[in-house]
Amino acid sequence: MRLSGKGLIDRSQNLSFQFDGHTYRAHPGDTLASALLANDIHLVGRSFKYHRPRGILTAGSEEPNALVSVVRRRGAIDPNVRATVQEVYDGLTARSQNAWPSLSFDAMAINDLAAPFLGAGFYYKTFMWPRAFWEKLYEPVIRRAAGLGALSGERDEDPYEKAYAFCDLLVIGSGPAGLMAALTAAEAGADVILADEDHVMGGRLNAETHEVAGQASADWAADTIARLSKMDNVRLMPRTTVTGAYDQGTFGALERVTHHQNVPVDHACARETFWRIVAKRSVLAAGSIERPIAFQNNDRPGIMMASAVRTYLNRYGVAPGGAITLFANNDDAHRTAVDLQDAGADVVAVIDSRTDAKAQGDYRLIHGAQVCGASGRKALEAITVRTPKGEMAIKTDCLAVSGGWNPSVHLTCHMNGRPTWNSAIASFVPTPGAIPGMATVGACNGTFSTAACFAEGYAAAKDALKELGLTAPDMVLPDAEDSATRVSALWAVEGKGRAWLDFQNDVTVKDVKQAARENFRSVEHMKRYTTQGMATDQGKSSNVAALAVLADATGRGIPETGTTTFRPPYSPVALAALGAGAKGKGFAPERKTTSHAASTQDMDAPMIEAGLWYRPSYFPKSGERTWRQSCDREVGYVREAVGVCDVSTLGKIDIQGPDASKLLDFVYTNMFSTLKVGRVRYGLMLREDGNIMDDGTTARLGETHYVMTTTTAAAGPVMRHLEFVTQALHPEWDVRIMSVTEQWAQFAVAGPQSRALLNDLLDAPLAEGAFPFIACGPVQVHGIPARLFRISFSGEHAYELAVPSRYGDSLFRLLVARAEALGGGAYGMEALNVLRIEKGFITHSEIDGRVTAFDLGMERMISAKKDCIGKTMAARPGLVERDRQRFVGIKPVGEVKQLTAGAHIFLDGAFATAENSKGYITSVGYSPTLGHYVGLGFVEGGASREGEVMKMVDHLRGVEAQVEICDPVFFDPDGEKVRG
Amino acid sequence: MARLIAKSPLAGHGAKTVGSVTVEEVDLGALTSVAPFKGQDKACSDLMKAAHGMALPAPNRATGKEGARAIWFGRGMALLCGPEPDAKLASYAAVTDQSDAWTVVSVSGADTVEVLARMIPIDLRAATFKRGHTARTMIQHMTGSITRVGPDRFLIMVFRSMADTLMHDLETAMESIAARR
Amino acid sequence: MRLRCPICGSRDRREFYYQGAAVMLDRPAPDAGEAAWDDYLHLRENSAGDVDELWSHDGGCGAWLVVTRNVSTHEIKAVRLASDVKEASA
Repeated sequence: MRLSGKGLIDRSQNLSFQFDGHTYRAHPGDTLASALLANDIHLVGRSFKYHRPRGILTAGSEEPNALVSVVRRRGAIDPNVRATVQEVYDGLTARSQNAWPSLSFDAMAINDLAAPFLGAGFYYKTFMWPRAFWEKLYEPVIRRAAGLGALSGERDEDPYEKAYAFCDLLVIGSGPAGLMAALTAAEAGADVILADEDHVMGGRLNAETHEVAGQASADWAADTIARLSKMDNVRLMPRTTVTGAYDQGTFGALERVTHHQNVPVDHACARETFWRIVAKRSVLAAGSIERPIAFQNNDRPGIMMASAVRTYLNRYGVAPGGAITLFANNDDAHRTAVDLQDAGADVVAVIDSRTDAKAQGDYRLIHGAQVCGASGRKALEAITVRTPKGEMAIKTDCLAVSGGWNPSVHLTCHMNGRPTWNSAIASFVPTPGAIPGMATVGACNGTFSTAACFAEGYAAAKDALKELGLTAPDMVLPDAEDSATRVSALWAVEGKGRAWLDFQNDVTVKDVKQAARENFRSVEHMKRYTTQGMATDQGKSSNVAALAVLADATGRGIPETGTTTFRPPYSPVALAALGAGAKGKGFAPERKTTSHAASTQDMDAPMIEAGLWYRPSYFPKSGERTWRQSCDREVGYVREAVGVCDVSTLGKIDIQGPDASKLLDFVYTNMFSTLKVGRVRYGLMLREDGNIMDDGTTARLGETHYVMTTTTAAAGPVMRHLEFVTQALHPEWDVRIMSVTEQWAQFAVAGPQSRALLNDLLDAPLAEGAFPFIACGPVQVHGIPARLFRISFSGEHAYELAVPSRYGDSLFRLLVARAEALGGGAYGMEALNVLRIEKGFITHSEIDGRVTAFDLGMERMISAKKDCIGKTMAARPGLVERDRQRFVGIKPVGEVKQLTAGAHIFLDGAFATAENSKGYITSVGYSPTLGHYVGLGFVEGGASREGEVMKMVDHLRGVEAQVEICDPVFFDPDGEKVRG
Repeated sequence: MARLIAKSPLAGHGAKTVGSVTVEEVDLGALTSVAPFKGQDKACSDLMKAAHGMALPAPNRATGKEGARAIWFGRGMALLCGPEPDAKLASYAAVTDQSDAWTVVSVSGADTVEVLARMIPIDLRAATFKRGHTARTMIQHMTGSITRVGPDRFLIMVFRSMADTLMHDLETAMESIAARR
Repeated sequence: MRLRCPICGSRDRREFYYQGAAVMLDRPAPDAGEAAWDDYLHLRENSAGDVDELWSHDGGCGAWLVVTRNVSTHEIKAVRLASDVKEASA
């Protein structure tokens, strides 16, 4: 029921929203919870396990009960939205959860009647046997019966983003302590970020009727925030929850950017921004959370926290009931009764468990008494009060409960800190120094009076400013309420029936006691056995009470019992926000070669990913129906005429300096200091453990100038390796390395007609025999300086021609056109692969990190004349044993003519089991040149098995073939073509 | 006679403005990495000053001005932007042509820092990252370089091959910020 | 987590690549024997306190760093250039 004249809502404007299909009215400033209460809706959901009717318990982000599904644009559903956090906007559509067929009549409420059988550990004990039934039957049934909201199953099309922010001081929470800290630091000139999860800053200043400096507290808060918002060195971040505290002053924070707006479908604004805030110092002013007292049926709709009742009354102008009662163990809660009476609401009685409790106003106080039961199912109807004289029933439709306050210590525990028990407030407070650079102030520190909050906020800012090298301004702290905290612990009222602790996971006092009885005495075990605190609210309102019950049941004190571990995030964060910027095209950069446009747009080549690069798989021609037809044709270009292939993706590293040769001799197994200027050499690079890291060719461009090529995949790691060698192992060497991968567009021109093709383009044609195999040098292409390398990955007479990348697109088109005129054309990765397998050339399919030079038959490439990375360990006995799986060629010789990569090799006639495996196939391709499949792989004994017929089995694809082990060089074994 | 046609990394992408922020490709002229050999920093810097008008920049700084700049480009390395490098530099430093290796854009306008805060994990606030400051850092998932060249104007460089991704990431952030306003 | 690169200043962890113990700086002589090489490559103290680690600032300036980090608290005690550490020990 809305009261006139109260609250921070804008009554001049009406908003319309839907809940479970009915339309209601609200005002700007309302949350869904306040709007529902204003419309006298108390039943908003069903509980997780027993499907108990539930209402609104709190007015903040700790809400365990009032979870709803909000319908977004495009029909997407946001499940488990706390009605206490969701702002109402015009057109908001929300639905209750976990109820079928309706919220009012929920068929699964039958679980509630079966409750005696469904206590803690029920599932573990009941569904043990037969074992196979768990996955197939029990779990699916239980999953369907239990649960909160459901995801739509649709892809989330909304935009999310990540962002970075930096500041001198991060203030978390904008209540009195946080505001004062922010104001002090801002006035001193520090860069301040003030973050608060609420959409209106000010914390409890907006929910109380106190005066601050002679003003209404909410007005003072609004004025102070307005003042901060005008300062350039202050960034206010409302609707932003600081979710985690991390190392070196890093914080995670979730900003709900458009949750409060009815945004158009194509709105580009991020729905949520996940911030990474880096702060030199931080002040935690996160406040505290009021805790319930457990008693029979304390989960009935209409039973709320006393502070929440005050918030709904003072901030939203809503009286959550007509005949309100209050149950408390502390002075603070009495303010609710006073405020309600001042607003004209009917306060039936205040029940205080303390015998010495005193009334703060003109209301009926029953002291030394406890509420021991509640009746009414979908709405509270009456409570039972137990006094020393006996029990009595009191009719009420709203019971405001307060068991005291739990400081929000969560963030102080994110770096392994443990909170400290404070018996004065009967709760845990942060342990100083738990987060380096962080001070804790105000209610989260166990300091509850407004005046003390101001003082602590100011003092913390002053300390932080000193460490930042700034001077705090003299501030006159505003006059404010300064009452003492008086609380006497009461966790659970003795009695029959079920008394709720964790509302969201349906954990009762009985469950915790049963856990203790069954010897789950550690708080971490109790938590897992009962699921206490494991729901989406992480037990914000219930954990302390639960461990107090456990402490009592196990005969220990609360500090000895300890708390469970608080972990980020403080409140739930959607994976979409954490993964922001990393889906679709944002997942990883797309690296495109200069021939990309020609290959894709003009030649329709399907692209395959090679690391981050996109490379053409093959270039289809009309009439070709399969990739194999294209591939066979392209192989033919190279073997018969001339093929052109973009090889720019290979890593290219420029190495210069007096010690360049030393570096190369050290990182390669073979010698490069002996390489002549104008020549290229193939090199093998090992890891220090003796396995192969990478291979490639290196050209000597000058006496102290080389350019190294790496494989496409290893370009980054090799660069890092060279940096490691030159910085960390031999910083005394005078050598400089620089990636030039992107500077050059490089094309393989391969085949018998390659020289003819080049001579069409080069300003100075190559004379017969003038540019022999492994030569390299500068050339000019139509006046453009270029580099030419006589190297081959196909075994044919071939070149690689490199031009500055700006000319790549143009040169590629030109090379392809010339090649076509000579009976050839472009070839893609598939053909490149077949060509190199025919020649037994390796790629990272072969050098997979477990393969040595010995395995490849390249042990003679490890020079005896010098040390190099990996040389010592490559000589280990285990790496040079004859029966290691070593490099071989493989060809089919039985009825099945196909080979598959990844298949294992067995003795012909042996069972195809893992222990019988003699090796495996790494690469296969159909050789149109030879007319059969060719494969490379590793087999025990290697070359010694040449000629042996074995069996290939591919269990994944279900292929089995008889194969013969052979030399890995299938084509032109003497290398006549490459030199020709 | 056929000739080779030069194409810039972002050829085909015109300048793009979303909200208050504009991104456009920039041709800085020749780009040359200059990595002085041992003990040659001063000689190299002196020669650069004499030949090109700017000293070798200290880490995280850029020297020179529009048209002839030297941007610190990583450990022991600067990127000379604009002039063709003096031939004598090669006696003091590893000199490597990088003119075609980088996509260079300028991002400018009132909300530029807000846009870049969505992509770059370093502190770009005017008080800490001033005109003439530069950094090697990550631009979303790409390694790159960022230099402040004006109150609301930055030069951003990533590998040439990543030009499309840079534009995609920038435009996404620009659209989000514009829609927030 | 943040590291203060001696060249670039304080940077987010995402700019860095983690390698392992800084033992890798002290490469044994080729003839140092199996035990020395085994130590160098495979045996690590795995202690709970301060550990010297190798990180590469490859999302930044490209420097290799020796980071002294308390692996229990994640406190960073020092960050030095690997080249400085190596030259100082030479």
